[in-house]
Amino acid sequence: MGTVAVDVQGVSKRFRLHHERYTSLKERVIHAGRSPHEDLWALRDISFDVGEGETVGILGRNGSGKSTLLKCICGVLQPTSGRVVVRGKLAGLLELGAGFQQELSGRENVYLNGSMLGMSKAEVDRVFDDVVAFAELDHFIDNQVKFYSSGMYVRLGFAVAVNVDPDILVVDEVLAVGDERFQRKCMERIKRFQSEGRTILFVSHSPDQVRSICDRAVVLSDGSMIGMGAPGEAVRIFREHLLEVDGDSSLGASTSSPMVAPESLLGAGGERAASVGARSTLAGGPGSGPAGGALEHAERPVRLDVVRVQYPGVGERPYLLSGQPLAVQVGFDALEPVEGIVFTLEVRDAEGSAFIRTDTSILGEHFDIARGPGMMEFVFESFPLLDGVYDVVVGIQSRFGGVLFDWREPACAVEVMNPGRATGLISIPTSATLLYGGLPGAPGGPVEADGAAVPSAPAGGAR
Amino acid sequence: MTLEVPASAAPSGPPTRTRSALDPAGSTGPGTGPGLPTGGATRAKVTRVVSADVSVWQRMADIWGSRELLTYLVRTEIKVKYKNSVLGLVWSMIAPAMTLAIYFIVFQYIARNGVPHFVIFLFSGLLVWNLFQVGVQTGTGVVVNNAGLVKKVSFPREILALASMGSASVFFVFQAVVMVIFMVVLHSAPDWSYLPLVPLALVAVLVLGSGLALVLSAVNVYLRDTQHLVEVLMTAWFWACPIVYAFQANIGNRLGPRGLTWLYFLNPLTPLVLSFQRALYAHVVVGNTTSAAAAPLRVLPAHGFAWYAGLDLAVLAIGLVLFVVALAIFGRLEGNFAEEL
Repeated sequence: MGTVAVDVQGVSKRFRLHHERYTSLKERVIHAGRSPHEDLWALRDISFDVGEGETVGILGRNGSGKSTLLKCICGVLQPTSGRVVVRGKLAGLLELGAGFQQELSGRENVYLNGSMLGMSKAEVDRVFDDVVAFAELDHFIDNQVKFYSSGMYVRLGFAVAVNVDPDILVVDEVLAVGDERFQRKCMERIKRFQSEGRTILFVSHSPDQVRSICDRAVVLSDGSMIGMGAPGEAVRIFREHLLEVDGDSSLGASTSSPMVAPESLLGAGGERAASVGARSTLAGGPGSGPAGGALEHAERPVRLDVVRVQYPGVGERPYLLSGQPLAVQVGFDALEPVEGIVFTLEVRDAEGSAFIRTDTSILGEHFDIARGPGMMEFVFESFPLLDGVYDVVVGIQSRFGGVLFDWREPACAVEVMNPGRATGLISIPTSATLLYGGLPGAPGGPVEADGAAVPSAPAGGAR
Repeated sequence: MTLEVPASAAPSGPPTRTRSALDPAGSTGPGTGPGLPTGGATRAKVTRVVSADVSVWQRMADIWGSRELLTYLVRTEIKVKYKNSVLGLVWSMIAPAMTLAIYFIVFQYIARNGVPHFVIFLFSGLLVWNLFQVGVQTGTGVVVNNAGLVKKVSFPREILALASMGSASVFFVFQAVVMVIFMVVLHSAPDWSYLPLVPLALVAVLVLGSGLALVLSAVNVYLRDTQHLVEVLMTAWFWACPIVYAFQANIGNRLGPRGLTWLYFLNPLTPLVLSFQRALYAHVVVGNTTSAAAAPLRVLPAHGFAWYAGLDLAVLAIGLVLFVVALAIFGRLEGNFAEEL
């Protein structure tokens, strides 16, 4: 492995929260020695290193200490204990255009900001045209920056920072500036930095960004490092953590054990928070039917029983790898034989939009069931959704859908972790081929390249 | 990288294949591209340590490394101060000229101190004083006033305090030019043999002022009273310097017989002001202008060059010690700047 560019060694940072801040002499004297404060550990013993040429993302909720960590790495803040060793020239983009002087022109600010980021005048001279071109400010570069629009301002800030020629670039959620085209340009520049073997550390709220750029990612929570690893793994940890913190413990629980106890879900129009996770008393107790329930017990010849998901390695880990096969097993209990029963299945995301909606009649299956318990199974040969926790909703209907026998929302949840680099919503087997136009000598005739995250079809043949 | 995926994967069904895509992300991550050796890796890399304790020498090295930033900050401060004003830099001369005019009228015509070429005498002392006072006073507020910068950009913060001293030096240069013009117009020659005192005293005042500015700027972050306190103390300090009154006639001759002159020299600016006066005003004993019959005025101590230079060097030494201590104090206080601002 290469050398270490940034070595974070047991960094902790304590903030004193003064409930009342005594900054004047009188107040300090009056309240001498008993300034009320609370200690807030914004960072607790964080240790990791970033290899040269590596891109490491930092994930975490608001207030988890991401920015504090970056500030410590940049040297804006000093850690209370521990230290950071930085090898090479570091340019920090904690806030774009932070060093700008309102009264000066864009040109003067480029020089000022450049020297703040550690460039000599000659170096700024050399990149000046690139900076202006990148920021698209040809006409305005000699205007005072106080007359700039906010977009122009941040464009110039970014343009300076990326032209500083740093060994290490530290970026704090600043990629969300400018219009889409400029953002693309920023991303492109960052990727070029990567290909040039520079080290990048960056904070993002967007797991997609982390996945598509980073080699590794660190997950922070309340100042502690709760995970570090390949982006897919880190994103999963981050997401799981988000769920826990949201207090949506029911969902968190159901992800760790994909099996959900049978229960009646038809109560009060399917409020899921109330229904999930809590063992229902309704199912077993006749007569204690759900208030306002749409279906009376008498009209429910079939009820749902256990609903669970199955995938390779279901016992070992609480998540499915994107592209693996997934089976949803639906247990049911019939009070009487039913002909032509229809099972429905929906897969929804957290917002409730259904990605997949199907039923047995669409699938061309015809089931007649006998009295007593039974189980059927939906199988996805390859589950294409990428990261996330998805709700599985199942229902049982009469033959033509006229009568809804039972419905459970959500019946269980399935967590998907995408180990690859693809982002978006779904991943389906994809291959890429250069049909013509390649270099003559190189593997330049038509060459086959498989998408990284895609379990490509001709994998067996490639061997 | 992507091409390796099917090759290295053991294609035994979808699960393992997708997992294999995970491996290159993790293991071949560091060492991303072929550009690695040619990009940043070949040039010499500076190792920087961010930690709560950085030695004073390291701090000095950092400051030296950012000297170009210092010039930019000085330039910026001056530019910003007089931006959009018609007279611009002329203002930096108008204020001291006004002070000069007032003291001149008050002491020459109302209080009648009888010093000939009093303008030159006054101006030589004011030059040093203005440099010191402007530098220290703007330096005190400089970290607080640049909170935005301090909170977001990483650079040796000491530079800010030094830049205040730097911009004060620029104003000093302008005032010195005016001083030269005055001397030419009034046919007042400096004492050429004492002229080397000027750069010596200048260095001493810069070092002393920088040290003070460093400490005060850091303390001011925690105790905002500092800047007001400094403002008040500066007024007192001004009158503790022999600028508008002659040292020898008013202080030396009164404290001297009692052996208390050293008390007055506790003010480190005294030797520096005296050096400027000795070199530029040049007259140790002058005839009183109030009446021909009056006894001649002893303006400055009648000591030799070595006496002046020795005192200046002593102040310089004190200044250097203060500067090092100031860096240490600044370093200690700097840790919480970003959260206190």
